[in-house]
Parts: sequence; structure tokens; C-alpha cells
Amino acid sequence: MSQQSLTTTPASPSGAGGGGALPRGSRFGAERAFRILATAAGSTVLVIIVAIAAFLIAKAIPSLRADSENFLTFKDWFANESPPTFGIAALAFGTVVTSALALIMAVPVALGIALCLTHYAHRRVASTLGFFIDLLAAVPSVVFGLWGRDYFRGPVSDLSTFLHDNFGWIPIFGSKGPYGASILLGSIVLAIMVLPIVTSLSREVFLQTPKHNEEAALALGATRWEMIRTAVLPYGKPGIIAAVMLGLGRALGETIALALTLGAVYNVSFDLLGISGNTIAANIALKFAEANPTGRSALIASGLVLFAITLVVNVTARAIVYRRREFLGGAA
Amino acid sequence: MAKRIEAVNVSAYYGAFRAIDNISMTIEPKSVTALIGPSGCGKSTFLRSINRMHEVLPGAKVEGQLLIDGQNIYDRDIDVTAVRRTIGMVFQRPNPFPTMSIYDNVVAGLRLNGVRKKSLLDAACEKALRGANLWNEVKDRLNRPGAGLSGGQQQRLCIARAIAVEPQVVLMDEPCSALDPISTLAIEDLIAELKNEYTIVIVTHNMQQAARVSDRTGFFSIDKTGEPGRLIEYDDTAKIFTNPSVKRTEDYITGRFG
Repeated sequence: MSQQSLTTTPASPSGAGGGGALPRGSRFGAERAFRILATAAGSTVLVIIVAIAAFLIAKAIPSLRADSENFLTFKDWFANESPPTFGIAALAFGTVVTSALALIMAVPVALGIALCLTHYAHRRVASTLGFFIDLLAAVPSVVFGLWGRDYFRGPVSDLSTFLHDNFGWIPIFGSKGPYGASILLGSIVLAIMVLPIVTSLSREVFLQTPKHNEEAALALGATRWEMIRTAVLPYGKPGIIAAVMLGLGRALGETIALALTLGAVYNVSFDLLGISGNTIAANIALKFAEANPTGRSALIASGLVLFAITLVVNVTARAIVYRRREFLGGAA
Repeated sequence: MAKRIEAVNVSAYYGAFRAIDNISMTIEPKSVTALIGPSGCGKSTFLRSINRMHEVLPGAKVEGQLLIDGQNIYDRDIDVTAVRRTIGMVFQRPNPFPTMSIYDNVVAGLRLNGVRKKSLLDAACEKALRGANLWNEVKDRLNRPGAGLSGGQQQRLCIARAIAVEPQVVLMDEPCSALDPISTLAIEDLIAELKNEYTIVIVTHNMQQAARVSDRTGFFSIDKTGEPGRLIEYDDTAKIFTNPSVKRTEDYITGRFG
């Protein structure tokens, strides 16, 4: 293009490119509106969390004042009596133990399934299997609870007998029976419920592993499992921790399935087989209908403790991820 | 430490698509061989079939024979991981393991081979990093993340990782294409040193680079898109760049084509 034609090109009337004064930015344009919307959406989370915490604290205080036992160490729950005596010890213990057991059972299986889906199975098999995993996540928890109570109790009782006969010298399998609504039953049902969440999330995480890192491991002479250990698992660690935390979130808050499968006994015991176990959420579901005002307030106080447990768990997980951030290559 | 590579009628496929057709060439030990050619001509595919990395992609397969000192690496009873330990690879994009320190990156291959003794790993780490001309730059921060280095340093880290397991052959797939000229120069100097110990095959888009670093050059090309890549001419680098025997080679290196 010659100099001549450049100078004779007329400035575009819209002001886009070409000559003329630069157009003014609109002070209340779409850009600004979107920023305000996004900020508002972001702060909603904080508002909701603070509102829940404030609600729980305000409603819990009357019953905590009325409680004639130590709320943190007392095990039983007689919140409707006068004077009311109730404590969170057994419930908090049961909540943490059933959730932990469920995760111990579910996480290795879930990671195994996820690795199989992403790195071993044929693509078509993987997508079919993935579909069924997602379907499992869609089953309502009351169905799991009823199934656990009415059908799964038999096999778990048999398993309990087997465990006691062969490993009875380990205190957790010490109970001579009767078996049935036990921590073992509750945590196995819970494990099945947590499994699909942890599986789908860790599957997504494993798919994110950069191909060039996997190839680097293979080119060093790694077998497939060694490649997974060298490239996939370390890279996915923050994601796996997040997946486990979301699974734990579901386990800690699970209500109806555990109300149906646990023994609803207020005790602190590592005996997994005998009729035992109760959790904060299950207790709220079981007691709420019959609770008087103090009883309700006491249940809300127990909810506050559950809220605090969840908070501690999440902060801990964040801290673990944060401590190794330099080595996470943008994955965190 | 270095082995002769003989490709005999090697063809490679992606599913039904034949990417390279009947490549036969002999690569001498302790030399640098450059593979040049336009994009899509199959030079990277051929390179990846030398250490059986081609078949890692779903649906990919290789036909023909690839002999390393007379032994066909595509024989059925060959352990593919052993092949890849013997024939190391450096990729186009620097790909240190992001979760590992510089030290752990270098010794990753040795750890995969079951070496656990700290003194052995320390010695191998220093040797490999010195071999990759990186030791002086990183010796004080071996426990820092490998991904924190500059692009050129990362690529030398990857070279150190590849040579730490003392392979016979080092394959390089456009190792400088993501690097600035100074880092490129550092890698080229390194290649000149490495050829004293290893057989090196390098794929490059940069013809000056091929002319600078290689002893022999193979020119790959395709007739048109969708056709398989073929080896058009393979000769001493000096001859390819001054007096090629095939017209297509001359057209390519003089810029009339590709």
C-alpha cells in the first residue's frame, strides 16, 4: 500500500481505529455492571456463612445457659427434662468416628476407580462406568438408609461375627454381640454414599494431569503405575485433598441414612461391632420433632458444634495445600 | 555408552492414518543426527517410534523393525520400559515434574530404577547436572521446585533428568523451539558435548540449528496433506546443506518450499 492511499483513507466515523479523537469510556457500562454483579455474588457466600453462624450462636445460648452438665464433656442427651442435662461428647465422637471410618473405606476405592477410569479402562467402558458412578450419587440418602437398615444389616452382622471370631483380640472387634445397628454398618453405608462424590471429583483431577508430564515419566522408563505415582498423584494431590474434603463434608452432615443405621446410643466407645453410635446430624433428625424449646435450642447448639468441626476440617485441608504451594505448579 | 540405530521399513500409524511410510535409515553411534522437514512430515513421529513413545497415544502403532545394536526393540518379548531407559527423550516443551524439587527431578529416573542409596543419588545428580551445564546455576538450591527455573534452565534440567539414567541414545524433539536465542545456544553447546558419550537424534524446525549441531541430516517430507511422511534424503549435513542430491531437499533448504 502506498503512502498516498494511506493518507487519503478517511477516518472511520465510528472512531474505531483510524483517526479522530479516542472514544470516551462509558462510566456505567456493561463492564462496570458485571464487576458489581460478580462482586455481589462473591460476597453472598460470606454473608450466608456469617448469618448461619450468628443464627446458630444466638439460638444455642439459652439452652447452654440452662444446661446443668458440662456441654462439651457430658455424653447423654436429656434436653427436654428439667433441669436439662445434655452434652455433645458422644455425638461429636460418633460423628467424627463414623465419617473417618467411611473415608478410610471409601477413599482408596474411589481413587482406584478414578485411576481405572482415567488411565486403565477403555474409553467406552470408562464413560459407561462413569455414568453409573454419577447415578449412584443421585440416589437419595433415605434410600441408602432404608437399604442399610432392612437388607444390609444381615450381611454386616455376619461380617461382625467373622471379625469378632478371627480378630476379637483387637479391641475394636471385641463386642460379643448382639450385632446390628452398629458403627460398622453406619460407616459402610456412609462409605458407599461418599464413594461417588470422591470418585467423580478425583476423576476430574486425574484428567487434568498435563500429558507432557505423563510422557516425561513414561520416557524415563516408568511403567504405567510408576507413571501414575510419579506424575499423576503428586500433581493431583491438592485436588484429591479437596475431593476428600467434600466427601468428608457430606459424611459429617449426613443425617437420615445414619439415623436409620446407627444404634442411636449415646456412648464414647471404639467398639465398632456392637449396637452403638450416634451422630450430631442423626440426633437432630431423631429428636427435633419431640423437642421442647430448650430441647430445640440444645439441638441447635449441637449444630453449632458440627459447623465448627467442618470449619476446622476445611481450614486444616487448606493449610496442607498451602504449605506445599510452591511445588504444585499452578494446580493449587 | 552409545549404540547404533537401524530403522528398517518403519511405518507408523495414528488409528488408520499412516503418518510415516517405510522409513529406513542408519544412525551412527556418538553422532548427532538432525531430522528436518515441514510440519506434519512425520519427523517427530519417527523420533517417538525410536523409543516406543509413539504407541503411548491411543490407537497409535508402529510397523517394521527398529534395531538398536542389532536387537529389534519391537520384538514381542522386549520390555518396553527397558527400551525407554536405554533411549532417553527430551521434549519440545520443558516438562520437569512440577511437584518435584530440582534434585528429585534429576534422580526421578534412577528412583524408578530402584536406586535408593543417598550417596549414589547425590553423585548421579551432580554428574547429570554438570553434564547438562546446569550445576553451577542450581547447586545452591537443589531443593527448590524445578518449575521455578527459567525456560532454558528447565530444558537443561530435563536433559539432566534424561542423562541421569545413563542412556545409550538421547532423542530430542525440537528441544529449543520454546526457548530464547541465548538458551538455545546453551543447549546447542551442550549437544556438542553430549555427542562424545551419546548417540543423539534431534528433530528441529530450525535449519541453521541442524547445520550447526548435526553430523548427518535426514530430510522428511510429504507429497500433500493426508499423505504419509517419507524420508527424502539422508546424508552428511555438509552435503545436505551445500549440495543435496534431491531437488526437493534443495527447494526446502533454500526456502522455495515449506
